[in-house]
Amino acid sequence: MLPTPSTDPPIFHKLMNPRFTLLLLVMAGLVMAFAPLPVQPITPQERTFRIEAGQFAYSPSELRVNPGDTVTFQLVSTDVVHGLYVDGYDISIEADPGQTKILSFVADKPGSFRFRCNVTCGAMHPFMIGKLNVGSNNWLFRSIGLALLAVVGVIFSVKQKA
Amino acid sequence: MAKIELTRIPFIKNALKSRYPQLAVFIVMLVGYIFAILAGFIGTPVGSHNFSIVFVWIAWWAVLILVAVPFFGRGWCAVCPIPLPGEWLQRGAVLSPPDKKPKWLNLRWPRFLRNIWMQNISFLLLALFSSVLLTTPNITGIVLAAMLFAAIGLSTIFERRAFCRYLCPVGGFIGLYSQTAPIELRIKDKQVCVTCEGKPCYNGSQAGYGCPWDVFPGGLTKNTYCGLCMECIRTCPHDNIAVNLRPFSADLAKPSTRMDEAFKAFIMLGSAMIYAGVLLGPWGAFKDAAYNVGTSAWSIYAIIFLAIIFVILPGFFTIGILKTKGALPLKQRFASLATALIPLGLMFWVAFSLSFVLTNASYIIAALSDPLGLGWNLFGTANATWQPMLTYILAPAQTLVLVGGLIWSARTAQKAANEIKVSSTPVIVFCFITTLAMLWLLL
Repeated sequence: MLPTPSTDPPIFHKLMNPRFTLLLLVMAGLVMAFAPLPVQPITPQERTFRIEAGQFAYSPSELRVNPGDTVTFQLVSTDVVHGLYVDGYDISIEADPGQTKILSFVADKPGSFRFRCNVTCGAMHPFMIGKLNVGSNNWLFRSIGLALLAVVGVIFSVKQKA
Repeated sequence: MAKIELTRIPFIKNALKSRYPQLAVFIVMLVGYIFAILAGFIGTPVGSHNFSIVFVWIAWWAVLILVAVPFFGRGWCAVCPIPLPGEWLQRGAVLSPPDKKPKWLNLRWPRFLRNIWMQNISFLLLALFSSVLLTTPNITGIVLAAMLFAAIGLSTIFERRAFCRYLCPVGGFIGLYSQTAPIELRIKDKQVCVTCEGKPCYNGSQAGYGCPWDVFPGGLTKNTYCGLCMECIRTCPHDNIAVNLRPFSADLAKPSTRMDEAFKAFIMLGSAMIYAGVLLGPWGAFKDAAYNVGTSAWSIYAIIFLAIIFVILPGFFTIGILKTKGALPLKQRFASLATALIPLGLMFWVAFSLSFVLTNASYIIAALSDPLGLGWNLFGTANATWQPMLTYILAPAQTLVLVGGLIWSARTAQKAANEIKVSSTPVIVFCFITTLAMLWLLL
């Protein structure tokens, strides 16, 4: 008996090809990870934060600014010598107890950055950490999208095999 | 991908059969271990300038979790110095063949403790005190010394490496995650083992010692309890033991049915998430609570820590799989499906450790020259300043690791679910939600 010719359109066969699906998923992943996002124009402002540093935390410990803002940190140490180093910006200051030190910079790199103590200040010093958000944390949203895509991809690939 | 027998390569086989290369590494490790204990007691109390903290919790940890466990499984156990003094004492020898008459009590490990619950408890004990342990040199010194003396004590009471097999807090999770590694030790031909007289791989012979891990190699189906000590390669009279290169996570194709192993997966997954929040997050109150052992804040922290691991995570997981209609009882479905959390947990630890290690690795350079923090400058690097490394790649690398772990776990969930004929969807959803939580904590 001759096999019945398929009535499915050619595009369906392409979609059901595991390699084609994988290629689509990888491309979707690359778009998710690297596609430029629309930027809302916001007028840069001057932002000043008074940050109190004490063993082993900053107060406030989470800061939000907009990209392009001129940011000033007034670091005040409440106990021993503390520092403040901003990941990604590679800038730092140190403050003796009772003194206020100033650090100004333009927040020209968007994203979420940890800031941490860069002067050994006691046992938990390596974990004295704060967070600076410049604009929205797009990388987190992109990562969530990638995770969702990954799950859809795994489920879809198994359905194809079935 | 088929298996590739590495022991077919003469250089590798000879290196593994000879005791001397391993002994040389053992001695270096033992010297380093004893120095770490001494540094903990006599070195500076400033953790970031003390060998015991910098080389144990930054350098060793980085090598263990980023390289040794993912690629070599129990490779660390093959060169770990902790059981050595006890084993030498137990055997009354360093290299020579053992006497037939045991020198010490040589008792069998109690039957009701032949599981990894003791390792789960010992890991949790360290985990609850980890903020102090990771940052205080003399506490690290005490814990390292306690592990060494516990191994010695158990070697004089029980046969073989009872400490490694049933008590070591590190060995428990290495065993769990070694199932994902692309290295295995297995027999070549089962029939050869069936007909082998005397089973020298398990009982020992003039060629070497019986399996220190209390494992009969002929029955090995997964890496969890094989310490890669290579003793069976030396004792097998039929050249029937092979070290193979294999696909990643080959052992996970057949899911576990043991609750102690299932809870180990939850303990490791939950601990990685808690550490990411407490140690790497911006919340000072959590750090205070974790560090101030004995205070009411620490008690609340400990209760929350244990609740997340034993109630919240397994609770949501159980609620998810309740509706998976299968022939097996819920307990067995729970244990089998928890296998999917093994790759996810390993990747959580890799993502957490990347952050911790890259920001603190520069302490290693200074500690090399001044390991005790006493003002030495052995190699001229004592004044090297702290500088985080490669922080610009941290977020993309963590995303890659966590999303990769999610894919790996989802595939493992599907295989485990197929094996017991239930739906994998609740487990995949659980893995997805925990991955989102970890992404939020780290990014």
